[in-house]
Amino acid sequence: MAGVQVANVSRSFGAHRALDNVSIDFADGGFYALLGPSGSGKTTLLRQIAGFDFPDAGRIAIGGEGVERVPVEKRRIGMVFQNYALFPNMSVADNIAFGLSVRGEPKATIATEVQRALDLVQLGKLGARRPHQLSGGQRQRVALARAIVTKPRVLLLDEPLGALDKALRVDMQIELKRIQREIGITTIFVTHDQEEALTMSDRIGILRDGRLVQEGPPEEIYDRPQSEFAATFLGDANIFRGHVTGNGIRLPDGTTIAAASGSSLTAGAKANCAVRPERIQISTGTARPDSGNANTLKGQVSKRIFAGNNSTYFVECDWQTLKVIVQNTGAERLAEGEPVMLSWSPESTVLIAAS
Amino acid sequence: MAMTRILEWLGRFYILMLLAFLYLPIIIMALMSFNTSPFYQLPFEWTTDWYASLWQNDQLIAATWNSIEIAVITTIISTVLGSMASLALYRYEFRGKKFLQALLFPPIAIPWLITGTAMLIFFFGIGIGRGLLAILLGHVALALPYVIVVVSARLQTFAPELEEAARSLGANQWQVTQRVTLPWIMPGVIAGGLFAFAVSFDQFVVSYFLSTPGQTTLPVEIYAAIRKGFTPEINAVSTIIIVVSMALMLLTARFFKFGGEK
Repeated sequence: MAGVQVANVSRSFGAHRALDNVSIDFADGGFYALLGPSGSGKTTLLRQIAGFDFPDAGRIAIGGEGVERVPVEKRRIGMVFQNYALFPNMSVADNIAFGLSVRGEPKATIATEVQRALDLVQLGKLGARRPHQLSGGQRQRVALARAIVTKPRVLLLDEPLGALDKALRVDMQIELKRIQREIGITTIFVTHDQEEALTMSDRIGILRDGRLVQEGPPEEIYDRPQSEFAATFLGDANIFRGHVTGNGIRLPDGTTIAAASGSSLTAGAKANCAVRPERIQISTGTARPDSGNANTLKGQVSKRIFAGNNSTYFVECDWQTLKVIVQNTGAERLAEGEPVMLSWSPESTVLIAAS
Repeated sequence: MAMTRILEWLGRFYILMLLAFLYLPIIIMALMSFNTSPFYQLPFEWTTDWYASLWQNDQLIAATWNSIEIAVITTIISTVLGSMASLALYRYEFRGKKFLQALLFPPIAIPWLITGTAMLIFFFGIGIGRGLLAILLGHVALALPYVIVVVSARLQTFAPELEEAARSLGANQWQVTQRVTLPWIMPGVIAGGLFAFAVSFDQFVVSYFLSTPGQTTLPVEIYAAIRKGFTPEINAVSTIIIVVSMALMLLTARFFKFGGEK
C-alpha cells in the first residue's frame, strides 16, 4: 500500500494541452475521486499514474518512489477499466489468476488467492464461467477481483460503474467502498458523476481543461467552492453576479448579498456569490420572514417540480430565476404564481471571484 | 400459398444448380479416375488401375511431394512473418506506416504472370536462379500480403484495453501477446495460413517460371503431363488432393468459428 504524489504534471497531445501543471497528493489508503466533464483530463491523469502514458513534465511517485518513466507492467498497480476488459478467452478464475500467473506464482498459491478474491467480491462459485456468461454487475466484480488479487500498491478505477444501470450502480458503489475499506488500498477513481464522487470519496479533485480547479474533502468543496465551475459542477448552485462590497456583493439594482466573512477580494471588484438551493428558505407573502437571515429577496413562484422527498421551486426575482429545494414535510405546498419571500444566511453564501 | 410454394421450389432449384456448377466437374473427374477407359468412354467400368499406375509414376509423386513441402514451408514462414507484421502495424505508430500498408495490396492485384517474370529476372540477377528454393521464396512473397490482410482484419475486432489490462497486471510484451492477443486473433491466423497454403499449393504461373525440369511442383507437372498426352492418372492424383484438402478445410471450419463469436 502506498500514497501517490503527482507534482506539476503536464501532458500535451499535439497542440492540445490535456494536463496543465497538475499537482495532487493522494494519501495512503484514501479513496480519491477525480471529477470533471469529458475532455477535462481526468482519464489522461489516471493513465499517467497507471503508466500507460508518460508525462511531458512533472513527477509521479508511488510510495515515495519516482515512477514517471516506469512502464505500467512494472508499477504494481491494479486497474479496473470502463468496459471491464475481461479476457474473453479465459474463465473467470483464469482472468483473476492472470496477474499472479504471469508473475510465476506457484499453482497452489494462485488457486487459494483466486478463491479468496472471488469470495471477497461475493462470486465464490462462478470461477468456471466465461465472462460472456456474466451480468454487467458480475463482470464488474470480476474486474475488481482481478485488479486487487495481485496486492497492488494503488487501485485505479476508470469510470467503472458507467456501464451499469442506476440501481445496480448504487449497489456497486456501496460494495466497492466496502471492499476498499476492507483491504485499505489507496484508490483513485475517475468519474463524471458528481453524486458518485460525493458519496464514495474521502477527497475529490475537480478537473477542467487539464487543470485542477479545486481539491479537498467532498463537504469542503460542496460548502466552500472556490469557483463558479466548482459550485455548479459539484451540486447545484444559484449564482449572483455583482461587485464586492464588505463581505458580500452588491447586485446591479443595489441589493446587497451578504456572504460569510474571510474573503480576500478587494472592494469594487467583479465577484459572484453562490448559494445552494436547499439552503434557501421560502415563505409565503411579502413580509420579511422572521428567520433572522440577513439575505432576503422577494419573488414569485414560476414553476414547481415535485420529486417525492422534495420539491424544487423556480422563483422569479427581479434579476434572475432562483432555484429552491424544499424537503417534503407534508406542510402546505406553494402554488405557481404565488408571491414568496426567500431568505438565507451569509454563512450559506460563498463569495467567489468572477471567472 | 401456392405462390410461396413455387418460390420455395425455385429457391431450392437455384441452390441445386449452384452446387452443380461448383461440384459437377470435380465429381465427373473423380468418377473418371475410376473408369477403365482412358478416353472417358461409357459405360462406366470400375477400376483402380490409374491409382496403381500413379504409384509407379515417380515424376508425378516427386512433384506432389515438392508441392506439399513447399506449401507447408510457405504456410509456416508467411503465417509467422505475416502475423508478426500485422501485430506491429496494429500496435505501433511510425513514419510511413500508411504508405507501407498501401504497398501490401498491389501484389495481390498484379497478375501472377508479371510477378513471375519479375521474380525470374530478379532471382537470376542475384544468383539464386530457378529451382525449388526460388519457388519457395516466390510463394512466400505471394502469400505474405494475404496473411497480413486477413490477420489485420481480425485484429480490428480486438479491444486494445485487453492488452492494457494484461500489462497493468504485470505481463510483459511477450506474455501479453502469447496469452491475450494471440488467442483472440487465432482464427485470423489459421485463415491466413489456409490462404497461404492455397496460394502456394495452387500456384501454377509463378512456379512454372521458376521451376526446372527436375525440380518442379505438382501443377506444373500436371500441365507438362497433359501436354505430352492426357492420362487418367492426373484424375487420380487430383481426386486424392481434393479429398485431402476438403477434409482439411472441414476440420478447420469445425474447430475455428470464423468471423463469429466475440
